[in-house]
Amino acid sequence: MAETEIRNLTLNFGPQHPAAHGVLRLVVEMDGEIVERCDPHIGLLHRGTEKLIEYKTYLQAVPYFDRLDYVSPMCQEHAYALVVERLLGVEAPIRGQWIRVLFSEITRILNHLLNVTTFAMDVGALTPTLWGFEQRELLMEFYEQVSGSRMHAAYFRPGGVHQDLPTGMLDRIQAWCEQFPRTIDDLERLVTENRIFRQRTVDIGTVSGDDAIAWGFSGPMLRASGVAWDLRRAQPYDCYAEVDFDIPVGKTGDCFARYLVRMEEMRQSHRIMLQCVKALRSVTGPVSVDDKKISPPLRGEMKTSMEALIHHFKLYTEGYKVPAGEAYAAVEAPKGEFGVYLVADGSNQPYRCHIRAPGFPHLQALEFMSKGHQLADLSANIGSLDVVFGEVDR
Amino acid sequence: MTLMQFFTQHWLGQGLVIVAQCLAVTLPLLVAVAYMTYADRKIWGMIQLRRGPNVVGPFGLLQPLADGAKLFLKETIIPSGASKVLFILAPMITFITALIAWAVVPFDDGWVIADINVGILYLFAISSLGVYGVIIAGWASNSKYAFLGALRSAAQMVSYEVSIGFVLITVLLCAGSLNLSTIVKMQDGGVWNWYFLPLFPMFIIFFISCLAETNRTPFDLPMSEAELVAGFHTEYSAMAFGLFFLGEYANMILLSGMGAVLFLGGWHPPLPFEPFTWVPGVVWFALKIALLLFVFSWTKGTVPRYRYDQLMRLGWKVFLPFSLVWVVITAAFVTYARGH
Repeated sequence: MAETEIRNLTLNFGPQHPAAHGVLRLVVEMDGEIVERCDPHIGLLHRGTEKLIEYKTYLQAVPYFDRLDYVSPMCQEHAYALVVERLLGVEAPIRGQWIRVLFSEITRILNHLLNVTTFAMDVGALTPTLWGFEQRELLMEFYEQVSGSRMHAAYFRPGGVHQDLPTGMLDRIQAWCEQFPRTIDDLERLVTENRIFRQRTVDIGTVSGDDAIAWGFSGPMLRASGVAWDLRRAQPYDCYAEVDFDIPVGKTGDCFARYLVRMEEMRQSHRIMLQCVKALRSVTGPVSVDDKKISPPLRGEMKTSMEALIHHFKLYTEGYKVPAGEAYAAVEAPKGEFGVYLVADGSNQPYRCHIRAPGFPHLQALEFMSKGHQLADLSANIGSLDVVFGEVDR
Repeated sequence: MTLMQFFTQHWLGQGLVIVAQCLAVTLPLLVAVAYMTYADRKIWGMIQLRRGPNVVGPFGLLQPLADGAKLFLKETIIPSGASKVLFILAPMITFITALIAWAVVPFDDGWVIADINVGILYLFAISSLGVYGVIIAGWASNSKYAFLGALRSAAQMVSYEVSIGFVLITVLLCAGSLNLSTIVKMQDGGVWNWYFLPLFPMFIIFFISCLAETNRTPFDLPMSEAELVAGFHTEYSAMAFGLFFLGEYANMILLSGMGAVLFLGGWHPPLPFEPFTWVPGVVWFALKIALLLFVFSWTKGTVPRYRYDQLMRLGWKVFLPFSLVWVVITAAFVTYARGH
């Protein structure tokens, strides 16, 4: 018999692909329907964020963080605000901290709602997405009410938050919290118990705890593999030490465990939100550090005080100078550990800013997770990774 | 020669009658297809807590026409690597096979274009031909996504046809005829005489196989957007795509019609007395089709999608043995009943 050469099918998956979650391009080598190799090609959304930040004042750098992972903007501002505060040697006032925790958890729910429901869409269920978006819409209205923007809020600033909550905000959040568990229950009934969904996700893309650590996983990806590591608990920042919440941990490390962990995290975030609302009703005071060289003066003050006007002018033109030094701060962003490493040279601009995005190490494990699985499982894996290319490409 | 004689005896007159009959079936069918897309979108809208089409015309009722006009007016792009003749032929095959199957479907007592005595066999044969449109489309597109989609759907449609075949056999055994009108007449006399009751498991298998046969959720693998973009019709645009789309919906309506004829008593009212008998049979038939179509849409709004191997396992390892056993049981029962 003559020798014949069999070539694997090479499939160019993305960047214009409905399941690519943005601009992921995978070069997939397949033997029939089985994935033999998948090579992520990234960089299609590279905007040079880190370099751009070197040419901006510390305050002007804030909006870049919204645009990294654009489904969880405030958590990234949080990391940046923390690292600048660390360099400045200040700490946000307690009310500012509670507001930040409240909005970090709103952000977590925003992110997980999007991820869990689009994950369901990746395995073929169309309805959860629309249900999730209804709640996301309401949450984004809270974003808008405090910052004027539904996504790119620029609300967490070094030193605290930009403004105090508007009147009635806490009541509205409370009202939202009262109806939210129903949506989660509905989603659970529609998706979690569904046989087909389980067949598509159980034992797919299994990652053991050791592997997860070796690949640099963090956040829900790590916890689904059975490692109880949460920065909110391990290295509490702001007033996370004072709130009561559980850390859901998965057992199997497969797509289904990652889904379950995210669902439970939403319930825990909901718990934290209620505690924040309760705390904010009693905690009063400023929301940003009482240092006119760092946080801007009130609008009203500027009409009467020459000092305030000068401060405002200096802050929004030259910005503030940060003493030379370097610092790293990380937060438990919805996707995992989001860290900012900042080197200051004593001027009004950072000397170097490195961003540790959780999606990057997660994406590198995609081949490891998908090898030997079918093409359909590849899209399930991508969905469960929760990658957003704004942060992977930066 | 009187007018009556012209239409019954002259070849031209007979031809005209046949054309008129075909139009009388096809035109309402195409309207039904158009409004099925509208109903689909409205039902999903309700499931997904949104409104669905509501801008074009009152309650969005003109939306299907607007969509149709859009598809007609766009340019059909043929990829440079495609096999042109086959590329254009494929959607036609899908569309035409979806239409010609209606020739044997009885809408009411005597309302059928061709009352042939192997009606079921004809239906089954035509619906098997539909797979050619899909395979040819996938191959002719010269695209990997389309090719994979075509392979999947070829395997899928063939597998589920096997179980549909056995389901049909159980109905044949009960009715003792391959003629669709006779099968319907055997189910006369109210809902308790319809075949879905004695053959309930078969009815469920039939419906699920219909979902697979028409590539609908949870078996929409050939066009699963999360994996294959749009499957076998990835490269199609404008009316070529439109024909696939119409063909898919016409097939859904056809299989629902089959379900109504075989299991839900065709044109018979659910209760054999007034006021139910006042309603014309064709209306009952349409209502039964609408009921089945609603379940099609409902399913799409509710469940995720199977993976390829899971789909195959369900078809070959669950449905096939089960329907085989059921055929034996039905045959034994029918023989026993005849003996007494």
